Amino acid sequence: MATVLLKNVTKIYEGGSVAVKNVSLEINDKEFVVLVGPSGCGKSTVLRMIAGLEEITSGEIFIDGKIVNNIPPKDRDIAMVFQNYALYPHMSVFENIAFGLKLRKYDKNEIKQRVEEAAMILNLQDYLNRKPRQLSGGQRQRVAVGRAIVRKPKVFLFDEPLSNLDAKLRVQMRTEISKLHKNLGATMIYVTHDQTEAMTMGDKIVILKDGEVQQIGAPMELYSNPLNKFVAGFIGSPAMNFINGRIVQSDKLYFVIDNLNIRIALGEMNNRKLQQYRDKEITIGIRPEDVLLSSEKSIAGDISVLVEVVEPMGNETLLYFTLQETQMIARGNPNQQYKSGNNYSMQINKDKIYFFDKVNGNTL
Amino acid sequence: MKKILLYSFLIVTSVVTLIPFIWMLSTSLMTDGAASVFPPKFFPEEVVLQQYQTLFTRLNIARNFFNSIFLSVVVTTISLFFNSMAGYAFAKYRFKGKDKLFNLLLVNMIVPSQITMLPLFLMLKSVGLINTYMAIIITGMANIFGIFLIRQHCLSIPDSLIEAARMDGATDFQIYRKIILPLAVPILVTLGIFTFLGTWNDFLWPLIALTDESMYTLPVALSNLMLEHTRDPELMMAGSVLTIIPVIIVFLALQRYYIKGIMMGSVKE
Repeated sequence: MATVLLKNVTKIYEGGSVAVKNVSLEINDKEFVVLVGPSGCGKSTVLRMIAGLEEITSGEIFIDGKIVNNIPPKDRDIAMVFQNYALYPHMSVFENIAFGLKLRKYDKNEIKQRVEEAAMILNLQDYLNRKPRQLSGGQRQRVAVGRAIVRKPKVFLFDEPLSNLDAKLRVQMRTEISKLHKNLGATMIYVTHDQTEAMTMGDKIVILKDGEVQQIGAPMELYSNPLNKFVAGFIGSPAMNFINGRIVQSDKLYFVIDNLNIRIALGEMNNRKLQQYRDKEITIGIRPEDVLLSSEKSIAGDISVLVEVVEPMGNETLLYFTLQETQMIARGNPNQQYKSGNNYSMQINKDKIYFFDKVNGNTL
Repeated sequence: MKKILLYSFLIVTSVVTLIPFIWMLSTSLMTDGAASVFPPKFFPEEVVLQQYQTLFTRLNIARNFFNSIFLSVVVTTISLFFNSMAGYAFAKYRFKGKDKLFNLLLVNMIVPSQITMLPLFLMLKSVGLINTYMAIIITGMANIFGIFLIRQHCLSIPDSLIEAARMDGATDFQIYRKIILPLAVPILVTLGIFTFLGTWNDFLWPLIALTDESMYTLPVALSNLMLEHTRDPELMMAGSVLTIIPVIIVFLALQRYYIKGIMMGSVKE
């Protein structure tokens, strides 16, 4: 299989809008890399440049050590699965899967054997004679994957392949693609806007925003050590809570929200890096599981909040309340009864607070 | 009640529409002069094929028939090929000045064809193509309306389909041949009918461009017939029947696609 290397890749569209800014990325052999970010962040453009469907304004792309900037898609030995499946509607499933092999003038028997092999992996044996319109969404998706794997390419590209499926099917296909990755031992690059897909499928996640790479790392690394506020807010569901305030030194360091008269005493471990932000505005981030709400009487230092919405999910209960005019979410104990409209006292797990520069959003 | 009204209306209009056709057919089967008696007869007293015989033996209409068929088929085939390629390119390729070029084409549609006939004639004359099949074929090789129709249809084909074919290793021509053409069949049939009928029925241009009697298409030959045989309505009607038969056959054979083609693109699936 193959490695993919991007060196300072930039894409500027006609008319001057910059879609991708100076992206450098190294993808190892057999790695499953997920490009993730909100819509319009350039993730699909990066994928399409690797595919050769989009010209590169500047920078270089290497596949297997060979520069491919000027190599047309068909000679790059890659396969792509499209968001809307892009199956040829006038061809049967068999013809759809076999199309690439036929164009490459493979022997008829070999085509048949390979298509059947792919159909078996994807559980499509019974549908080979059907037309795409006679298939369900999940089956169509599988045909699209089949069309990719039948060619045994160096690199697989997935462009939001699951976003047209319903939630249940999405979870199922997610695991199927992960399994496929293990079985084929192929290099795969996967684009999604869904952080859950990114977290569960990727060996490595690349987070993009406005065409720029925000952070590259393993899922848990991004979760535990986000480099900036954007990454922190993007990874994790429900998203991290952010509160603006000031660092104040009295007997020890405090995070103070002035207009609410709230003071949070900060743990010793944060002291050194926060000293320089004394009397300056910063933003703190707290994950919902580190916000604890209890109905017990407020003890000194706790903050009383009014819970507006309670969402019992079964395995957890999500509690929504407003602090500093921002919506906050806490993950509550599923065994406890919460009631919307009641006041609870909020505690924060002080060891799990993230600190961000208020201006540029970087982690302190 | 509403239905009865509707149906009787439809029946009446169909009859009114059909009468001239039936009259034409029956007249063409009459003997010489049988149509000019008073009171006029709607059905022939004696059914004869004499008029058709005259057409084929004395007037050599088989040659004109062949000319019409040959030119219509060739023009339709060639123009479908070029129109579909151009329409596809205008819909799906990115190139400089694409929109301007396309608008220029559309603007050309408002120029009546009669205006260009004389310069066209002089042009073809200077290269010695007057009175050849090429005079009809070259001028009919592509047309703006056809390009426009195909382009509109191709716009509804998702880009990702073309990209998927490209990833699968298809060349540009293979994409056109194996993806675009099969998906454009309904619109191609529609345009094909338009072009076939247009070429088949065209009168003025063949009259100008084809000077030799043996090169005439059916409509031109038919008008000649009218001039020479004003007193022979039976013969003229036989010629008219011959002229419309292929049109009816083409239409009946393809009308299923034709309706589909016209409806296409109006509703997105």
